[in-house]
Amino acid sequence: MSTSLRTKTMTLIQAITDGLDTMLAERQEVILMGEDIGKNGGVFRATDGLQEKYGETRVMDTPLSEAGFVGAGIGLAVNGFLPVIEIQFLGFIYPAYEQIMTHATRLRMRTMGHYTVPMVIRAPYGAGVRAPEIHCDSTEAIFTHMPGIKVVCPSSPYDAKGLLIAAIEDPDPVLFLEPMRMYRAAKEEVPDGKYKVEIGKANKLLEGDDVTVVCWGAMVQVALNAAMEMEEEGIHCEVIDLRTLYPIDKEMIAESIQKTGRMVIVHEAHATGGVGNDILAVINDTSFLYQKAPTERVTGFDTPVPYFGFEDHYLPNEIRIMHAIRKVTSF
Amino acid sequence: MINQFPIQQIMDANGKVVSPEYEERINENLVKDFYKQLVRIRLFDRKAISLQRQGRIGTYAPFEGQEASQVGSALALEPSDWMFPTYREHGAAFVFGHSLRNILLFWNGRNEGCIPPIGKKIFPPGIPIATQIPHAAGAALAEKMKGTSHAAIAYFGDGATSEGDFHEGLNFASVCKAPVVFFNQNNQYAISVPIEKQMNTKTIAQKAIAYDIPGIRVDGNDVFIVYFETLKALERARDGEGPTLIEAVTWRYGAHTTADDPSKYRNQSDSNSRRLETDPILRLEKWMKNEGIFKEEWVREIEEEASKEIEEAVADMEAFPPANPADIFDHVFAEPTWQIKEQKEEYLRLIGGVRN
Repeated sequence: MSTSLRTKTMTLIQAITDGLDTMLAERQEVILMGEDIGKNGGVFRATDGLQEKYGETRVMDTPLSEAGFVGAGIGLAVNGFLPVIEIQFLGFIYPAYEQIMTHATRLRMRTMGHYTVPMVIRAPYGAGVRAPEIHCDSTEAIFTHMPGIKVVCPSSPYDAKGLLIAAIEDPDPVLFLEPMRMYRAAKEEVPDGKYKVEIGKANKLLEGDDVTVVCWGAMVQVALNAAMEMEEEGIHCEVIDLRTLYPIDKEMIAESIQKTGRMVIVHEAHATGGVGNDILAVINDTSFLYQKAPTERVTGFDTPVPYFGFEDHYLPNEIRIMHAIRKVTSF
Repeated sequence: MINQFPIQQIMDANGKVVSPEYEERINENLVKDFYKQLVRIRLFDRKAISLQRQGRIGTYAPFEGQEASQVGSALALEPSDWMFPTYREHGAAFVFGHSLRNILLFWNGRNEGCIPPIGKKIFPPGIPIATQIPHAAGAALAEKMKGTSHAAIAYFGDGATSEGDFHEGLNFASVCKAPVVFFNQNNQYAISVPIEKQMNTKTIAQKAIAYDIPGIRVDGNDVFIVYFETLKALERARDGEGPTLIEAVTWRYGAHTTADDPSKYRNQSDSNSRRLETDPILRLEKWMKNEGIFKEEWVREIEEEASKEIEEAVADMEAFPPANPADIFDHVFAEPTWQIKEQKEEYLRLIGGVRN
């Protein structure tokens, strides 16, 4: 889908900056809003240098009020702009919950398409970086449960830029989750200029016949590590990076479970009400009789994400994933 | 603090013009124009309550007593300005040019009622308290960024000023000098909670000080002060001077909604005496009587004209096609997701197709 043959080697956070830069240059309606995104370039430097390049009006430092600037973003989106709003950490999005739940996601429905909210909310999320309390939440399911917003979650630099551009051009609100553990974890070739990764499409990272492992965000690398280890035991895993958490890629999930008959779902969010349950529903609805074993879920616990002194115990790791894979393959 | 924010008036409850600088501007034509609008929305409000009692619309939020605040502020707008009403400002929306049929459709549970006429920039009524205030700030900022001279007005009640979104919206708008007027109708009750239990401040206008923007306190039953102060605030907004907070002190005679009984939490004799003493329509009649130009026949004529318009809208609302179940699936996203498509197909199959 690339329109350019030239590439640069980038980290995930650099790919996000590049995606924002590409869209600011391409469309005058694109504006960035958020706390500390101007001179400071954002606490993770996602907007580094962009205010200097595009000015204070298009790259706007907002007051410290998530409900206020998400609400104002709705007004801007309805009135012709394409706001890309940075929430400093997903754990700080909750004051804006009401604006997202009662307005951003349902203005189209309320007005039968007369008013729409083409807005992107970017939020670093997840544990594993020794961050302070409340900075490590994975509450994506709060948003996948909301009708009227799409939720995407790239795990690689290429996907980050392509999904971000797709999100900005999407006519509806998109929550763009950035696994901060992956921000600088790896580099990858990223095309120059504009390209899109389609929202709603998962990505098969590893082919295998024995068991399907579905994961997203920072769990992708952990799942891949576990899959490599299982190769040594002669178990071939098919690893799927879900990439979009709503609407999930039903076809790829169904096709894979119908081939392997076994599934392990990995996410760092809490188990109850997690997106893993939506994947279980897809299996139930499409592939019930193909199952050779009950699906295992390897997830964060139904506890608040603990302070970082305990986070290694909270986060799914290779040991837990391998245990689950052995369980479904020996059922 | 209350002395810094006196309630300003142009025409007092006796129909006397008390601000000499306005004496020449308050003439027969203006009074009659405003009177017509006040009567138009009062009759609508009474009709709507009656429709609710007969089960012809759903729960309804009446505004009788607050007509001057709604008419004065709405008439001050330019046609290309933005309006962000709450569930109690359909009077203002009607005066600003909303379709009466659609306003009734809204109260009858139909999303079609949230659609303004072509070219009219009216938001659907704000339901969660104060959340429309940041929207107005954002839409106004968008106008400023586009370099237009359009402004926005956001309506809200006294209780809304306790909400975070009120403060976040005013702060945001003041920081970026957004061309927006924050129009508060202080009817002194948030459902059942009187203002002295809602806030420690004696005025709402003084909350503007925290954002270093003008805070104006007016008699919300004096349509002229509401009109001229809103006009001034809009001019300031268009001139790049940023937002204004207007507190229009008023009173709703009736219930919060038709699902509420105000006699449970206040002595309704207050409402009855206010009808006789400070009513927004009565004072215009008094002015006309003082001038010797009041004619019962003219009042009957405009009432009949308004009633006819209202009856037509009611008939249009009732003749509107029944709800099409496909509509609940078709406007969630520009393109429905597979989940919504499947749910729609399954449901429509079950009920035997689209019903019209």
